[in-house]
Amino acid sequence: MRKSFLALAAGLLLAGSVDAASAADKLKVGFIYLGPIGDLGWTYQHDLARQALVKELGDKIETTYLENVPEGPDAERSIEQLVRAGNKLIFTTSFGYMDPTLKVAKKYPNVHFEHATGYKRNPNMSTYSARWYQGRYIQGLIAAKMSKSGVLGYIGSFPIPEVVSGINATMLAAQTINPNIKVKIIWANTWFDPGKEADAAKALIDQGADVIMQHTDSPAAMQIASERGKLAFGQDSEMIKFGPKTQLTSILDTWGPYYIERVKAELAGTWKSEDSWGGLDSHMFAMAPYTNMPDEVKKMAEDAQAAITAGKLHPFKCPIVGQDGKPVECKGGDHLDDGQILGMNFYVKGIDDKLPGK
Amino acid sequence: MELVEAIILSVLAASTPLLIAATGELVTERSGVLNLGVEGMMIVGAACGFAGAWLTGSIFIGALFGIVAGTMMSLIFALMALGLAVNQVATGLALTILGVGLSGLIGAGFVGERITPAVHLFIPGLTDIPLVGRVLFGEDGFVYVSIALVLGVWWFLYRTRAGLILRACGDNHVSAHALGYPVLRIRTFAVMFGGACAGLAGAYLPLAYTPFFIPGMTAGRGWIALALVVFSSWRPGRLVVGAYLFGAVTILQLHAQGWGVGIPSQFMSALPYLATIIVLVLLSRARSGGSTAPAALGTVFVPDR
Repeated sequence: MRKSFLALAAGLLLAGSVDAASAADKLKVGFIYLGPIGDLGWTYQHDLARQALVKELGDKIETTYLENVPEGPDAERSIEQLVRAGNKLIFTTSFGYMDPTLKVAKKYPNVHFEHATGYKRNPNMSTYSARWYQGRYIQGLIAAKMSKSGVLGYIGSFPIPEVVSGINATMLAAQTINPNIKVKIIWANTWFDPGKEADAAKALIDQGADVIMQHTDSPAAMQIASERGKLAFGQDSEMIKFGPKTQLTSILDTWGPYYIERVKAELAGTWKSEDSWGGLDSHMFAMAPYTNMPDEVKKMAEDAQAAITAGKLHPFKCPIVGQDGKPVECKGGDHLDDGQILGMNFYVKGIDDKLPGK
Repeated sequence: MELVEAIILSVLAASTPLLIAATGELVTERSGVLNLGVEGMMIVGAACGFAGAWLTGSIFIGALFGIVAGTMMSLIFALMALGLAVNQVATGLALTILGVGLSGLIGAGFVGERITPAVHLFIPGLTDIPLVGRVLFGEDGFVYVSIALVLGVWWFLYRTRAGLILRACGDNHVSAHALGYPVLRIRTFAVMFGGACAGLAGAYLPLAYTPFFIPGMTAGRGWIALALVVFSSWRPGRLVVGAYLFGAVTILQLHAQGWGVGIPSQFMSALPYLATIIVLVLLSRARSGGSTAPAALGTVFVPDR
């Protein structure tokens, strides 16, 4: 009995090593995730993209992911773990992994890194992000059309440029429909806390907002809006399940095509350090179907989406007037340039609130 | 007026999970055991509570699932920290890590599912009273249970012989043992009560607060409950003050942001913690007598046999 057990174990070991040998021929691609893959938001979308990657190139690559990796110095250990496990291309999928990724990248020049939403690069470290403000602009148009009270509710995570540019894009669009539109902004000071996000949504609705927009990750706000019979926009992923009669649309992160493109480049040996900031035209993100709105509003949204995709409409088209009433310098010709959008730290005129820290 | 009522309702909803979890931990700590695993027991309670409600369609059974799950988790703690006399701090922290992982596993199949949240009480005539009607007579069952729970714990600790014995174990386990009380058995029951409460508090989140399950949805509430126990000087009355104050400031700061008062949001987010600490410290200073921490809190007890 004991002997046969040993034989079995030896056989298993052998089988294991054979597997490892065949796996060694495959390109190993690693992913670092901020949340659990079941967060239904940010990390969930990254993992959907990884699955798309496996479906497309599964015979040539092998993927590994580490979830729930906290941002900050601790991330360094996790990234290095992926390097030591033989991963040659590693995607680190949150802003806070920027410095840890750079540090590991400098240590392992033969491994390639892809960091999402950051701005630091290295010869072996690329960055990628999406122009979500384009989607926010479309949402602003819809919100202004659909709001009866003329008050929008906006749940922010942290007052960083990405979120601020989203608020501004929303308001610039909304003002083209209703010049007197108001927005109430509540900062949750977290990306993910369903309870707090729900409380923020309740507070906004109690104060008269009837369209809820969020830049936090859980479907809690959508669910509250649904419960109260209001309208809302999803975030990161499709949230219509939490508000079948509530969701107007949602900005969907669609990293799949980018991941496939970059892995193909790696396989072909043509990978280069780049900065990709893709918009609607590059399919870096998509808009969920326009629902719960009249056909004319839907058409307006689709037209705006087509115009932005074609490059005919720029959300930050000049002139843009800041909260102080002074026009903002126009560095990009007829619109703000990328640097101004990436570093946006002011509110546009019409927002009756103070940007935290200003 | 309607806004005031809406704010009070939100405050009660936000405070209830903290109050339930903290009440359980208060009993555990009063028996002399420091269980830092509240967050872990809560999140497992959330996952199992949601699973129970989703499978049976009953919020009540879901809550029972949460209670049982929290109790099971606390039994792991009791086995390690009481049975094997392992360091309580380390065991509690390990329990939290275990709970976070376990809940993700249990809840994986339920992510993205929806349930109908707990119904709110409705008494014709009473619930319709302006301002106070919905606050007093229109809550979900969890809110009433939490109040009954904290009243029951107060009565048990200060008005019953069993409560006195439990506190004796927490203050001096050697004397309690010498008097012939089964210290470890009493502590095990106290730990189980803490686990049951944490499980119920966790279940409250997906069953009444936000009716869906997402890994990590407790978002640190277990740690806040732990802190509330300490700052309330292990007294149920102050615990109620602390939990509702924390909930109230949390909700009010959100409203203040919506009104655009112009105070930096980072400061506003810190405000619930600041306000609760200041008020509870002032409360405990007002009555002299020094620290009321159970004297044997967190110490290992191995009875000589």
